[in-house]
Amino acid sequence: MERDALRNRLRPAQFKPALRWETGLVVVVIAIVIFGNAVSPQFLTSNNFFNLGLTTGEIAIMALPMALIIISGEIDLSVESMLGMSSALLGVLYLHKLPILLIFLIVAVVGALGGLLNGLLVTRVGLPSLAVTIGTLALYRGIALILLGPRTVANFPTTYTNVGIEAIPHTDLPWSIGIFIVLAVIFAIVLHATPFGRSVYAMGDNAEAASFAGIRVKRIKTSLFVISGLASALAGVLWTFRLNTAVQDNGTGLSLDVVAIVLLAGVSIFGGKGSIAGVFLAVLAFAGLQNALLLTNFNQEATGLVTGGLLLVSVFVPNAAMFVRYLRGVVSRSAPRPPEPALSMPRKDT
Amino acid sequence: MTATLAPAREPGSPSPASSRRLAERVFRIREFGIVAVLIVFVAVTAAIQPRFLNSSNIQFVLVDATIYALLALGETLVVITRNVDLSVGSVLGISAYACAKLANQAHGVPLPLVFLAGLGIGLGFGVINGLMVALGRVPSLVVTLATLYIIRGIDVLVVSGGQVVPSSYYPSFLSLSKATVLGIPDLAIAVAVLVALGWYALRTFRSGRELYAIGSNPDAARLAGIPMGKRVFTAFAISGAIAGVAGVLWASRYGTVDSTAGTSYELQVVAAVVVGGVAIFGGSGSVVGAAIGALLLQTINSALYVLGVSPNWDQAIAGFLLILAIVLDRIISVQLTASLRRRSARRGT
Repeated sequence: MERDALRNRLRPAQFKPALRWETGLVVVVIAIVIFGNAVSPQFLTSNNFFNLGLTTGEIAIMALPMALIIISGEIDLSVESMLGMSSALLGVLYLHKLPILLIFLIVAVVGALGGLLNGLLVTRVGLPSLAVTIGTLALYRGIALILLGPRTVANFPTTYTNVGIEAIPHTDLPWSIGIFIVLAVIFAIVLHATPFGRSVYAMGDNAEAASFAGIRVKRIKTSLFVISGLASALAGVLWTFRLNTAVQDNGTGLSLDVVAIVLLAGVSIFGGKGSIAGVFLAVLAFAGLQNALLLTNFNQEATGLVTGGLLLVSVFVPNAAMFVRYLRGVVSRSAPRPPEPALSMPRKDT
Repeated sequence: MTATLAPAREPGSPSPASSRRLAERVFRIREFGIVAVLIVFVAVTAAIQPRFLNSSNIQFVLVDATIYALLALGETLVVITRNVDLSVGSVLGISAYACAKLANQAHGVPLPLVFLAGLGIGLGFGVINGLMVALGRVPSLVVTLATLYIIRGIDVLVVSGGQVVPSSYYPSFLSLSKATVLGIPDLAIAVAVLVALGWYALRTFRSGRELYAIGSNPDAARLAGIPMGKRVFTAFAISGAIAGVAGVLWASRYGTVDSTAGTSYELQVVAAVVVGGVAIFGGSGSVVGAAIGALLLQTINSALYVLGVSPNWDQAIAGFLLILAIVLDRIISVQLTASLRRRSARRGT
C-alpha cells in the first residue's frame, strides 16, 4: 500500500519538525494580532472580539467533528447543507407553532439522521466519503428548499435571538463561542485521552490494521458522521437565531471554510494526524485574519485570497521542511525518496 | 474496487486477452447504463409533456449541458489519475469576466482571440495547479481547494463590483451559443467532437493509458517508469485550459457576468463525472461517460421544470439521483470484481 509507505516515511521518528505545528500556529496568531492592531485601533477592543466570535462560532463548532472525521481518513462536505436543513426545519416547525423545545429535539434528531445516512453509505455500502457527501450536499440543501421554498421565517422569540446580540454574562464572549469552547474541551478529552479517540487515529493511519486490531472501524466512523450531523444541526439553530431568519440557503459555501480551518489546524488530509488544540488555534487565526481584513479597506468578498493562501502555506511548509532535512541528510537514507507519494489522494476502497 | 477494471487492460496482467475483452464489455455496459437511463428519462418526460422535445428546449438543455460536459472532460483526466481539480468553477468565473470584457463592442477583439484569451487564462491557472501538485507533491484536494478560494478572490478584486451586460457585446459573441446546425447547437457539436477526441486519446495513446496506470496504482506506475509528474501536470494544465474555454461559452450563454460566475460549478462537475461512471479514486472511467453524466444531470433539471415539478424539488431529486448513481456503480463494480475472481479461479491462476 502506497499510503503505508507514505506514512512510514512521514513517521515522527524520521521527521521531527523544528516546530510543532501548534507552536507555529501560535506564532501565526500572534502575528495576526500584531497586524490587526497595526491596521486598526479597533481590533483589540472587546466589542470587536464579540463580533469576531459571533461570525465564527458556527464554523468553529462544525470544525470539531470535521477534524475527527478527517483524522479518521474520511471527509464530510455536507455540513453546510445539514446546517441549512436544520435552519429550514426550525423555521417551518416554528411557523406551525410547535413548542420550541420539541422543535430543538426534532432538529437534533434530523441532524443525527442526516449524519447517519452519510455514515452508513460510507461504511456499510463502502462508498468514498468525498463522493457521498457531495451527493448529500445537494440532497440536504434540496430538502431545505422543499421545507421552506422561497419563504423567510423571522421573528423568533427574543429569548433565543439574543444569542446574536448578548454576550455570556460577565464576559465578552458570544454564546456560540462559549458553546464551542465547552465542546472543544470535550472533543479534546475524547480524542486525546480515550480509547475511542485513539482508535480514530489508528483507523486514519491504517484502517485495515485497525480493524485487525479489533477496532470497530465502521461503527466508529458512522458515529463520527452522526456527531457531525448533530453539530451541524446545532450550528444551524445558532445561525438562525443569530440572524433571526430561517431561509433555505443559510450557510451556503461554509463546508469549504470548515475544511480549510481543519487543514490549517495541521490535520493531515491523509488521516491519522492532528489535534484539537490545532483546531482551536486555527479558528483563532482564521477569525482574526478575516476580522483584521474587515477593519481595513480590503474587499470583503476577496478574503478567500487569504484563506486560500493560508491553506497553501499549511500544506507546503511541512513538505518544504522535510525536503530541506532530506538534503541535509537528516532523514534516513533508507527512505527511498522524500515526499514522493503525496502526488495522489488517499485511497479508501481497498 | 472499481479500479480493478483498468489493471485488467494493462499489458502484462494475467490472461490479458480474456480479461481485456471482459473489461471492455463491462465498459460498454457501464456507459450503456447511463445512456439507457437518459433515454428512459427523456421518453417518459416527453410522453407526459411533449413540449419537452420542442427544438428550443432541446437547444437550451444541450447548450447548458455542453458547458458542464466540457468541464467534465478536463475533470475526468484529472480524476483518472486519482487527483481532483476543485478550482474549475473559479477559473471559469475569471475567464468568463475577462473574455466578456474583451468581447464588448468598445474593444471589439475578434472572436478567435477571445477564445485564445480564455484558453490562455485557464491554461495559466491549470499550470500553477499542476506545478504545485506534481512538483510540490501536495494533495490535489488541498491545493485546488486553496486555488478555488484564491482565484475567486482575484476575480472579486478584478471585477470589484462591476458586471458585464449582454447589450455591450458585439453580436457574433452572443450568437455563438445560439447558432445551430439541423437544430443542434454548434457548441454541442464542437464539444462532442472534443469529447470523442479525448476518448480516442485516452483509449489509444500511450500517454492516455498511462493516466489510468497512475490512477489505479501509483507505486506500480512509478516502478514501470511512467513519468508521473509530467502526466499529472499535463492533466491539470488541460483541465485548467478547458475551464478557461468554458468561461467564454458561459459568458456567451448567460450574457450577464459578474464576480459570482461559475460559483460551486466544481461540485456539479465532480457530480457529473461520478454519475458518468468515473471512479473518484482513479484508474477507471471514460470521458464519454462523464459527458453523458453531465447531459443526464442537465436533462433531469430541465425535465423537472417542464413537468411542472416545483423548482423547490429540483435539488433534492438531483442529490438523490447522484447518490443512487454511485450506489449502483458500486454494486456493479463489486459484482464485476467477483466475476473476475471467479474467472481467474476457474483458470487456476
